[in-house]
Amino acid sequence: MNTFIVATLQATFLVFLIFTVAAYAILAERRIIARMQARLGPNRVGPFGMFQPLADVIKLLTKEEIRSAGATRWLHVVAPILTLVPIVLVFAVIPAGPAIHLADLSIGYLFVAAVSSIGVYGVVLGGWSSNSKYALLGGLRSSAQLISYELALGLAALGVVAATGSLSLVQIVGAQFPLPFAIVQPIGFVVFVIASIAEASRAPFDLPEAEQELGAGYHTEYSSFRFALFQLAEYVHVLAAAALITVLFLGGWWPFSGGWLGVAAVAVKMASFVFLFIWIRATTPRVRYDQLMVFSWKVLIPAALLNLLIVALWVVLT
Amino acid sequence: MSLKQPFRDVLATAKGMRVTLRHLWRRPVTQRYPEERPILPPRHRGRHELERHENGLEKCVGCELCALVCPADAIYVEGAENPKDAPISIGERYAKTYVINLLRCIYCGYCVEACPTEALQMKGEFELAAADRASLIVSKEQLLATLPKTEPEDSWMPS
Repeated sequence: MNTFIVATLQATFLVFLIFTVAAYAILAERRIIARMQARLGPNRVGPFGMFQPLADVIKLLTKEEIRSAGATRWLHVVAPILTLVPIVLVFAVIPAGPAIHLADLSIGYLFVAAVSSIGVYGVVLGGWSSNSKYALLGGLRSSAQLISYELALGLAALGVVAATGSLSLVQIVGAQFPLPFAIVQPIGFVVFVIASIAEASRAPFDLPEAEQELGAGYHTEYSSFRFALFQLAEYVHVLAAAALITVLFLGGWWPFSGGWLGVAAVAVKMASFVFLFIWIRATTPRVRYDQLMVFSWKVLIPAALLNLLIVALWVVLT
Repeated sequence: MSLKQPFRDVLATAKGMRVTLRHLWRRPVTQRYPEERPILPPRHRGRHELERHENGLEKCVGCELCALVCPADAIYVEGAENPKDAPISIGERYAKTYVINLLRCIYCGYCVEACPTEALQMKGEFELAAADRASLIVSKEQLLATLPKTEPEDSWMPS
């Protein structure tokens, strides 16, 4: 009973931590992109705009909940939750140190892959239940995108799993001493990073935001709190992607052996990848939908397979 | 697609990334408006002002040319005989009423050009938002330039 309470408290703390960091990732993104475009960005609410996320949340919560006519009501309500919850669940197995994690599952990465792919249901159901052609087409495109890039993502991670011989994320980090997998498996690393960006639906793969053709994609018909959930899910996705890159390819708390320095190492690595995502968003134009699919199937997946082949040979020969 | 193409693409992306990163350290061009006042060009056409002579008499002689030339029909002037004993302007006539409808005004400046006594000027005042429409129809009292604080001693104008 006691362990149950402790675990619940830890989980609650983690969820609050993630949401807060995600909210400030949004602020950081707006400020950084603004500076890259020689603008200032939101700097009015509090010092340096520090209270902007709070103001945004209040604004979103007080907005009208709009439901389009003919929408399938309960699916419309469930879809944003179905997008947000799985991606938050991913953090349960992300270790910040040898013993700093909610759970060290023996099937760690499998859990991540399984749970994060549930998020696609939220996207496709949100698009379909809205009873709107833009939402439906956007939902179809987004789900096709997510499924395609999930393959590349999984194949790239498989190289790491094969080299470690375990799915446990703690053991995967452990296998990256002295050299992180980013150096040992550069192809897999690059494929994983690119596929992560696509999984988080961010520029240059931010098809849901292609206003001129799709409205707002699968969340066209969403407003208020439910829109906020989709928005939050996108940024939690960014954090999850950064966390997974850190753990799978950058050696987590490497070069430290854990402790507070290790946690700091994880935080710095995650932050730099969040910055990289923001930086890429400020730079690249959006890809066309056919380019998006071709890039996944003809470039990323073969590259990931090649990486897997090399790693497999290396594992067999050593 | 040649084999070199992917490398060219990667290089092009890297170049773009360099540009955005360099801009991160550039000074933002944003003006922090309410605190930081914009630098207006010297001949900016803002809100109108009716000028006075140094002795306080109005330059406007009530000729109504500004109202005549106004393409938006935003000016209404009613001229009257200038009282000899207590003159308001320097001429024979003065503007009894002078109203500009800033809602109609297109800020073209034709009225200023038409004014024979250079009484009507457009100044730098550009913050012309108001909570109701009526307050944007400005009367002569609101348009008149404030009197100079000290009366110049060597006033050459008849008083």
